[in-house]
Amino acid sequence: MPESADTRPRVTAKQFKTSQEVRWCPGCGDYSILATVQAFLPELGVPRENIVFVSGIGCSSRFPYYVNTYGMHSIHGRAATIATGLATSRPDLSVWVVMGDGDALSIGGNHLIHALRRNVNIKILLFNNRIYGLTKGQYSPTSELGKITKSTPMGSLDYPFNALSVALGAEATFVARSIDSDRKHLTEVLRAASRHRGTALVEIYQNCNIFNDGAFDLLKNPETRDDSVIPLHQGEPVLFGKDGSRCVVRGTKGGLGVADTASVNPEDILVHDAHAEDSSWAFGLTRLADLQTMRKSPIGIFRDVERPSYDELMAEQMEQAQSGGPPELQQLLQGADTWTVE
Amino acid sequence: MTKKTVQRDRVIIRFAGDSGDGMQLTGDQFTAQTADFGNDLSTLPDFPAEIRAPAGTILGVSAFQLHFADHDIMTPGDHPDVLIAMNPAALKANLADVPRGGDLIINTDEFTKRNLAKVGYEASPLEDGSLDSYNVHPVALTSQTVASLRDYDITKKQAERAKNMFALGLLSWLYGRSIDGTIRFLEQKFAHRPEVLAANLTALKAGWNYGETTEDFSVRYEVKPARLAPGTYRNINGNLALAYGIVAAGQLTKLPVYLGSYPITPASDLLHELSRRKDFGVRTFQAEDEIAAIGAAIGASYGGSLGVTTTSGPGVALKSEAIGLAVALELPLIIVDVQRGGPSTGLPTKTEQADLLQAMFGRNGEAPVPIVAPRSPSDCFDIAVEAARIATVYRTPVFVLSDGYLGNGSEPWRIPGPEELPDLTVSFCTGPNWESPDGTREFMPFARDPQTLARPWTVPGTPGLEHRIGGIEKADITGHISYDPDNHDRMVRLRQAKIDGIAESLDPLMVDDPSGEAEVLVLGWGSTYGPIGAAVRRARRDGIRVAQAHLRHLNPFPTNTGQVVKSYRRVLIPEMNLGQLALLIRSRFLVDAIGYNQVRGMPFKAAELEQVIKDVVANA
Repeated sequence: MPESADTRPRVTAKQFKTSQEVRWCPGCGDYSILATVQAFLPELGVPRENIVFVSGIGCSSRFPYYVNTYGMHSIHGRAATIATGLATSRPDLSVWVVMGDGDALSIGGNHLIHALRRNVNIKILLFNNRIYGLTKGQYSPTSELGKITKSTPMGSLDYPFNALSVALGAEATFVARSIDSDRKHLTEVLRAASRHRGTALVEIYQNCNIFNDGAFDLLKNPETRDDSVIPLHQGEPVLFGKDGSRCVVRGTKGGLGVADTASVNPEDILVHDAHAEDSSWAFGLTRLADLQTMRKSPIGIFRDVERPSYDELMAEQMEQAQSGGPPELQQLLQGADTWTVE
Repeated sequence: MTKKTVQRDRVIIRFAGDSGDGMQLTGDQFTAQTADFGNDLSTLPDFPAEIRAPAGTILGVSAFQLHFADHDIMTPGDHPDVLIAMNPAALKANLADVPRGGDLIINTDEFTKRNLAKVGYEASPLEDGSLDSYNVHPVALTSQTVASLRDYDITKKQAERAKNMFALGLLSWLYGRSIDGTIRFLEQKFAHRPEVLAANLTALKAGWNYGETTEDFSVRYEVKPARLAPGTYRNINGNLALAYGIVAAGQLTKLPVYLGSYPITPASDLLHELSRRKDFGVRTFQAEDEIAAIGAAIGASYGGSLGVTTTSGPGVALKSEAIGLAVALELPLIIVDVQRGGPSTGLPTKTEQADLLQAMFGRNGEAPVPIVAPRSPSDCFDIAVEAARIATVYRTPVFVLSDGYLGNGSEPWRIPGPEELPDLTVSFCTGPNWESPDGTREFMPFARDPQTLARPWTVPGTPGLEHRIGGIEKADITGHISYDPDNHDRMVRLRQAKIDGIAESLDPLMVDDPSGEAEVLVLGWGSTYGPIGAAVRRARRDGIRVAQAHLRHLNPFPTNTGQVVKSYRRVLIPEMNLGQLALLIRSRFLVDAIGYNQVRGMPFKAAELEQVIKDVVANA
């Protein structure tokens, strides 16, 4: 497959747009994610033909139709499996997976956790709007408890998944969260994800203005966001609130907690290290968010560690097996015991 | 002492014992020796699904039947001439199959009160006269083995475990098989356990010597080598042949093979074998479930590999939605179903051919998938190559319907030379394939080859041809999303026409009718080929005129199939299901086919089919 020196002029965001009319509802958070991704892709430095977007089913899974690369809109929950087959057989490709919260965590939950533990070289964008949109408004595995929807007129009974806790439990090597409307932040996260060798999971809080409007308002509203969003910066103390008035500290029961910055010793404030081998702190950070209210939601890169990717290991085994030169089919077919009839 | 040698043209031997007695290994080794000797042969392993069922029970009996002959044979045989029963349960479970006058070699050591009671024998059949009409050879197999191993530094239990080698040695003597191959096998298997190796070799030779010296065996048998077509042969089972066929398909298409699979009986051996073939560029991926397995295979096909997934019936059920996706994507894919007894978990280790309609219709929407089925263990090789041809030429998923009997059963295989294998070189689409009305050359992902109706296979990495595919309905030619009613109707018909058109590339259905005057046709598919063929031969020996045809392509049928089935007064279709091919033949050709159906987890017996054929002919 072609890679080497590409002398063609550098592609622009515009060239990543397709002729297809985008058919999301007006005002959907997917638009801003699409625009951010299209604007980011030229920066990848990968020829357009070597980029593939694979999706499952759901509103967000229409994404590949709108990105002018190779793409496959597959079946509900299975995008990660298809991407796994593609990425492990074609390490020359940059493979991106787009899934919604129902797609990734409900029908496709099994595939998500296994992709993460294997560390296949795929980048997963999990659009989490905490609702089923395409089927018109049933609660999703990330919906808050007691949610009133068409299928739960008296309130939902299932406790929600914390997508990033799940990912870390599944041995993910790259875990991050961003918000649809924050283009700058999302771009930074995409950049880091693309540099990660292995599976990267990027949860993107995405507003569904039809069936779950305002789900992330607390994190977006200038009045409330400072107290609700906990920004994560590598190597820096984890502070939030107006002028960093609040901070994250080690809790007394083994987890993490929050405190007023003025009332704690500066050395007791957690310094963020996404590269820490031990995932406990990253897990602790994912637990800070109150999924019922969305308060104290950390945003940024929780974990980014090196581990050999599945496709690299597979390629190594292939190389090792082929080190003896091309084998003879006839020799294989004959095996050890043959006899000849004249 | 020189013993008399009696000539036989064919012999059927059944080894039966407890699941832990090593009967499958014993059978395999006897088979290898027999293949080396040059007999034609056919085998039927039959074992329980439990790894170690309770010892000494009927439930835990594991058996291996081998039919070998000085002429070409088609089945593992109906009734064993010789039964080796390692314990009372093995005797009880198998005796009914042995004809009166047959030889019973019985391990008397295991006929204890307790073991007899376990299987409901009130008195020992060795003493109560119930075996008087058989030729009984009581052998204290266990104690003889233990005695021969007195001088070894091994436990009694280890010594007892070598009794299968004693039995193998005895049988090898009885039928004049060389044990050299088995010795080599044991040397390899126990290379790092010299004590165990020495014990097994000693037990093997002790068994041979026992035959030589004991007066109980006064006669040896000889079955001369068979006169098979010239060529180089090996013994092979269906699963191995199918795995080799897939490796060969990769070489012939010049595509890397990618297997996505999830372990399932009786198909796991395909995953095992292919995972050892990385040297041929075969990638294998043991997925988290059946769905992920086919998903990965589809992803690999999309990227330009020959995607393959291997499973059994329950796995196919899980893969159905993804197979529909492959139909919509129009990408090559091979789905191997090594059928077993169903429904649900059914009979994991027993054979059946009841997934035909699942393969044919088991998807939502109009989702035609070609189906091919091997007819013998060695045909599994050719059928895999054929499946790859159809998949790559027509850009479609293809079903291979093997079954447990073919997968585990073995026979001699004339190894094809390189010149006998087809060139299946695939070319990807790398440039414009469509001329617009204004004369510009463009790439259209759903513009079709006028001959095959296949759409272009354009893999990621091809500059300038970026496009999107998916399970949602696509507009003809352009491949954009389309909800247009006329377009959907056209696309459904195009996909169907593409699959129907495969028939043009198939050899016509051959009919074997030596008399040319038969009024009854026996039509089969899959693993019933052997039993049907043997039954037809027997019937003809009695002067019955009957024709035989066997389908290797179930969807589409060869173009002359209708003409063939309509040209006989009666069409008899024996199947290991309740009439699935019969349903297709009836609905497709309006022919009132007669079904003969059995779902006992075992292949048909030739004698039984012979009678059915005679009855149908008599009433034709």
